[in-house]
Amino acid sequence: MPSVTYIHSDGRAETVTAGDGDSAMITAMQNGVDGIVGECGGGLVCATCHVYVDDAWMEKVGAAATDEDEMLEGVAAERSPNSRLSCQIKMTDALDGLVLRLPDRQF
Amino acid sequence: MVATDASASSRPPAVLAFDMDGRQAGASPAIPILDVDPFAMEFFADPHPTHEVLREAGPVVYLDKWNVFAVARYAEVHAVLNDPQTFCSSRGVGLSDFANEKPWRPPSLILEADPPAHTRTRAVLSKVLSPAVMKQLRDGFAAAAEAKVDELLARGSFDAISDLAEAFPLSVFPDAMGLQQEGRENLLPYAGLVFNAFGPPNELREAAIARSAPHQAYVLEQCQRENLAPGGFGACIHARVDSGDITAAEAPLLVRSLLSAGLDTTVNGIGAALYCLARYPQEFARLRADLSLARNAFEEAVRYESPVQTFFRTTTRDVEISGHRVGEGEKVLMFLAAANRDPRRWAEPDRYDITRKTSGHVGFGSGVHLCVGQLVARLEGEVMLSALARKVASIEITGKPTRRFNNTLRGLESLPVKLTAA
Ligand code: HEM
Ligand code: FES
Repeated sequence: MPSVTYIHSDGRAETVTAGDGDSAMITAMQNGVDGIVGECGGGLVCATCHVYVDDAWMEKVGAAATDEDEMLEGVAAERSPNSRLSCQIKMTDALDGLVLRLPDRQF
Repeated sequence: MVATDASASSRPPAVLAFDMDGRQAGASPAIPILDVDPFAMEFFADPHPTHEVLREAGPVVYLDKWNVFAVARYAEVHAVLNDPQTFCSSRGVGLSDFANEKPWRPPSLILEADPPAHTRTRAVLSKVLSPAVMKQLRDGFAAAAEAKVDELLARGSFDAISDLAEAFPLSVFPDAMGLQQEGRENLLPYAGLVFNAFGPPNELREAAIARSAPHQAYVLEQCQRENLAPGGFGACIHARVDSGDITAAEAPLLVRSLLSAGLDTTVNGIGAALYCLARYPQEFARLRADLSLARNAFEEAVRYESPVQTFFRTTTRDVEISGHRVGEGEKVLMFLAAANRDPRRWAEPDRYDITRKTSGHVGFGSGVHLCVGQLVARLEGEVMLSALARKVASIEITGKPTRRFNNTLRGLESLPVKLTAA
């Protein structure tokens, strides 16, 4: 099972294990990691599951699809080239060790 | 309430939406038949005990009053919502089956459509109501909420439904749509009609339809391009005709969707939040101590009260729901409200807790039809609760709250309150 590390805006890091195929948003929810709200439950409506993918992981995680890209225009914190919506990042063994940085706010 | 199946307790674990192929005939345990009318006044007066009966009777039940199957547990409601191929919307999301009955109005191009047709119209509305658009609306909505709370504080005592839950959305949503000033008094009656019409042919539905001509005429007129102010949601929908995403004939119907679903829902959502905060002063105190909880306090009210209580689907094939066979062409009623308080999914489900992790509740639905206007609802709810929390020390209920009855929406008719300034 892949692990994922969430680094909060204050620098605090939390590493948890994801269920195979679960999204990085659901994984945060299920493990009580704050900082990702996910208020639409992964429906690609709310943009409150914003994360910054660590530079070293950008290539493996890949770019946002068109729908997600449009949604990213509405994130509350600053959008950067490595912004993604974590409900659209599916955890697999290929992403074992993934590092995601959390923005200081989601709405 | 009579459950004709006594074996309701020992069921196999949830196995959802499997084909009939390869299954042993007769292996399906009997589906409990319940004598419950979820569209009756007695039911509306206090639905929670009956929701529990429905949930505990089995993963799927049959309501012989209206000849429909029903699901009330979180897992099954969520599963039905997330399998639109099997549980379709194009035959209507009310009791009426569009395959056999003429719809009371031309069907919605989004709510009452299935993928792939739904995918195209949905993309248009989700752009019109996107997070980026909300950012532009936020300051104006927040200022309107502040002004409303100041005005109500000056009055002290008032009705939290008509003077706040209705008045606030009415002060922001029609303008955001780009509606003309004239005729706005038709909006709430029209929405009441739409949500009553999802129900069975009972008194509520029949009376609403009988009175509907002027409201329908208003909405038809107001959906036309020339009647929608530039910059509003309505004009933005019509602009999608120019970019070729939708046809000129489709645009008015998509505007109609927002007029149907965009106002009365938030009236009941904000009404629910006010009723919760007035009943549970400790939660209002927590909100006052931490304003960042405003958005979640609204969200939790949507879970707790579920302003939209139910929707139907129609089966497109023989299907198994948690081991129970349901044939093709059957109506399946989803109790969103019961799912939102299913103890299998929620700890202390009957507690209004503004710090609860609400993600995953089905008050806005789930899957492809997940409410496309939820950001508008949350924005209205958040700015209103935040203004109240900043300016108000206490919300006191000063008279008996009365209920408003609707086949789909749950909310109050009247909630007399007194505010004390902070
Ligand atoms: C608290 C307020 C609201 C609640 C509880 C609510 C609830 C829901 C639910 C449960 C659905 C799913 C229907 C289904 O699965 O068949 C839905 C869909 C929808 N809602 Fe909302 N809603 C709210 C506010 C709004 C607002 C403000 C708008 C418009 C600005 C809106 C527009 C829509 C539309 C157009 C759909 C159809 C989406 C689709 O079929 O893809 N709603 N809503
Ligand atoms: S959880 Fe709403 S967009 Fe990701």
